[in-house]
Amino acid sequence: MDIHLSATEASPIERAAVDAALGPRDTRPPPRDRLLPALWAVQSRVGHIGEGALSYICERLDVPPAEAYSVASFYALFSLDPSAGQPLVAHVCDDIACRAAGAEQICARLETALGPPGTPTSDGRATWRRASCLGQCDRAPAALVMAAGSQPIERALAPVDPPALQTALRDGALSPATDAETATLPRIGGASLRLLRRVGRIDPTSLDDYRAHGGYEALRRAVRLGPDGVIREVVDAKLVGRGGAAFPTGRKWEAVAHAAARPHYLVCNADESEPGMFKDRVLMEHDPFAIIEAMTIAGYATGCEQGYVYVRGEYPLAFSRLRNAVAQAQAKGLLGDDVLGRGFRFDIEPRRGAGAYVCGEETALFSSIEGYRGEPRNRPPFPTQSGLFGRPTAVNNVETLVNVLEILREGGPAFAAIGTRDSTGTKLFCVSGRVDRPGVYEVPFGTTLRALLDLAGGLPAGRTLRAVLLGGAAGSVIPPEQVDMPLTFEAARARGVALGSGAVIVFDDTVDLRRILLRVAAFFRDESCGQCVPCRIGTVRQEELLERLVSGRPHSSVRDELALLADIGRAMRDASICGLGQTASTAVESAVRELKLFADGGDT
Amino acid sequence: MSVGPAAAPTGLVELTIDGQTVQVPEGSALLQACRARGVATPTVCYAENLTPVNVCRVCVVEVEGSRALVPACSRPVERGMVVHTDSERVRHSRRMVLELLASATDLSLAPEVEEHLRRYGGRPERFGPAAPPTPGADHRHTQAGHHRPTDGSTAATVTQPTLIDNELYVRDYSRCVLCYKCVEACGVDAQNTFAIAVAGRGFEARISTEFGLPLPDSACVYCGNCIGVCPTGALMFRSEHEMRRNGTWDETRQQRTDTICPYCGVGCTLTLHVQDGRIVKVSSPPEHDVAGGHLCIKGRFGWEFVQVLEDPAPASDR
Repeated sequence: MDIHLSATEASPIERAAVDAALGPRDTRPPPRDRLLPALWAVQSRVGHIGEGALSYICERLDVPPAEAYSVASFYALFSLDPSAGQPLVAHVCDDIACRAAGAEQICARLETALGPPGTPTSDGRATWRRASCLGQCDRAPAALVMAAGSQPIERALAPVDPPALQTALRDGALSPATDAETATLPRIGGASLRLLRRVGRIDPTSLDDYRAHGGYEALRRAVRLGPDGVIREVVDAKLVGRGGAAFPTGRKWEAVAHAAARPHYLVCNADESEPGMFKDRVLMEHDPFAIIEAMTIAGYATGCEQGYVYVRGEYPLAFSRLRNAVAQAQAKGLLGDDVLGRGFRFDIEPRRGAGAYVCGEETALFSSIEGYRGEPRNRPPFPTQSGLFGRPTAVNNVETLVNVLEILREGGPAFAAIGTRDSTGTKLFCVSGRVDRPGVYEVPFGTTLRALLDLAGGLPAGRTLRAVLLGGAAGSVIPPEQVDMPLTFEAARARGVALGSGAVIVFDDTVDLRRILLRVAAFFRDESCGQCVPCRIGTVRQEELLERLVSGRPHSSVRDELALLADIGRAMRDASICGLGQTASTAVESAVRELKLFADGGDT
Repeated sequence: MSVGPAAAPTGLVELTIDGQTVQVPEGSALLQACRARGVATPTVCYAENLTPVNVCRVCVVEVEGSRALVPACSRPVERGMVVHTDSERVRHSRRMVLELLASATDLSLAPEVEEHLRRYGGRPERFGPAAPPTPGADHRHTQAGHHRPTDGSTAATVTQPTLIDNELYVRDYSRCVLCYKCVEACGVDAQNTFAIAVAGRGFEARISTEFGLPLPDSACVYCGNCIGVCPTGALMFRSEHEMRRNGTWDETRQQRTDTICPYCGVGCTLTLHVQDGRIVKVSSPPEHDVAGGHLCIKGRFGWEFVQVLEDPAPASDR
């Protein structure tokens, strides 16, 4: 391609960062899908992506600068404005669970001390920004601090200690994480843990320790069963996807295994970005080899030789643990050209997102890996026919894959005996907000919401339950009188709600639910990719309308405003391209319906 | 799309549209089937000479068995599909999409879109008065992530200053509906220049060169194919822009004359738009099979030599 490059030159430091990510020059440019890793290399080295650096990436990859810019500007963790490109940035979460834990007070404090978000500190070396959910809801309020440099440091501070954060920003420096911090464990419930069996009990950086705790027995069993046998077990287990859509995993694998086009790809969706979700992070941080083993089994069953695990950009620790796990597995012949010495080839490449909720949508995730904007695609064709790089692709959530290890350990029918007839196995729920012990809880399907809240220690003493947001920002509001609902797909469907991926955010009478709804509306406005009109403009109008209702200044009557809100929601649900737009009004509408927040002047 | 004998021999697909049976060639999109049936289907982002991107969602129809509505422009027909193009559900989404566009965008030079809006009874004023432009806002460099807070009293729009940075065409993104047509024409669908793309995200998504550079510093080769496909007047010949500004642009006094471009041997059809004996702009019919509506800088802009401008355009009115 004859591309037109910028006259601005990259600095030697920027060039070195890009070259380190792309490797030495060859006669042919590296493939387009190296774009996101190259952009990350510059961002983590100098704290922003300038004209010269972008131009150099384009030269190396043979990508037009306008396209590379269009990709880079899509992601919230990349900074393209040199005046806002401080080497140290604190991304302070002001999303649902953190809001219920006082995030606004932290932001107000930072604003007083440092100025509005994006203002550089006096020495110009640091700044702070507001961020969407960082997936640290069990330790809310949270911040993610990223310090660019030759040894970049990225650390989740959760819970945030505001004076320490202010000091770090003032000094423009961040110390590496302490062991105590990285060892922070999720709270887990129940004595008979399955998916969480190794979490907190093994050294997550050691393949040997993983093997000492039963690791790689499932893969050996899979190889004995053969690809069809593995799929049969997964079908018999009646496993459905845990990422929110609840599609039968066995059917998905069958479709890919039988697809004529080659190669096939396996993608592990680890872009856990739903506000209130952190279970996949816990698995990746504390049991990364389990994900690698499960992906290997999935690849073996579906005829894939290459797998990708796409981790959201806000999970630096999970990403580094997975990278370490992949490297160790490769070194021991558990990934590569001859897995287990059994003659099948499978390898994994970890990829890192850069701050975009929509990339958890599977087709947007493909676009993002391929080096394009994370814009979802129309279906059909479905990923099993035409997914990553236009090839048949099996895409599975982290938790779904870890379930496969259990299925192979005990057999499909035994797995199916747990839970209910239509919701088999156990489920990880992320309980956050106003409960005594927020954390990841593993319970069999069929456990009631009330029992789950009890496991989490119930509400703080003396407080009363106002509502549960089930399924995160894209989920539904459950009023207190419905907390006896069993947590199963079928019970949720019967109530017109969805379990989603398992977020359970609890609000008591200290939380202003109308402010929470405003945050949900703002979240969808910020996270819409902007591709289709109903979502791009509908999310804006939804937020504006809610602002008017909350401030008590409707354009006409509250009734007319509520009718307009329903009109907007219906069009987003019916006409948007992907699940983001289709569910952008679900929480708002269910809150209006169930809690009557704005009826007759409103009540909170 | 015509269903002629040439298409007939291999697979015809039969489906039902609004209760009537229709047969179209395998691989057709629903839009072609609707048009073959004479069903008027509104579109904004669709063009005959570009790959469908199905982003505007104005052409959505209801397909039985499908949870959400589907875009007619890109959904391939399937045997036995039962399609409703005028159900209450379809009319609702079409009206909302058009209302949303009209509430955020200046559509005064998009008569077709305004016509669709009237047809579906859209009332964009339901969302409140348009927000005034934000002072100091730089639309070219908005960071993805948290947006400026709103109080909801006014409806946010894409209003921003017109970009005039070259002698040939202007970009008024206050009129942009983000249909992606210009990006496609600049890219693989016509010119393969890739000077522009969609940058940013969500409501702040915009058509942009890298870092919002002026066109003369970008890869633009001034083929003007982006102007040719723009449905809303966001991209416009500088000559037309200035005549409109001076109040002299008058399409009722314009004649269109087709001719063949004199510059090379390809033989692209040019449509000369002539007002008061002077060429005021050049387009090319999309159905013309040599160029498919696309031209190069010479055909698009190289006509000034045939006339002497009475009052040459000022070098810049930025």
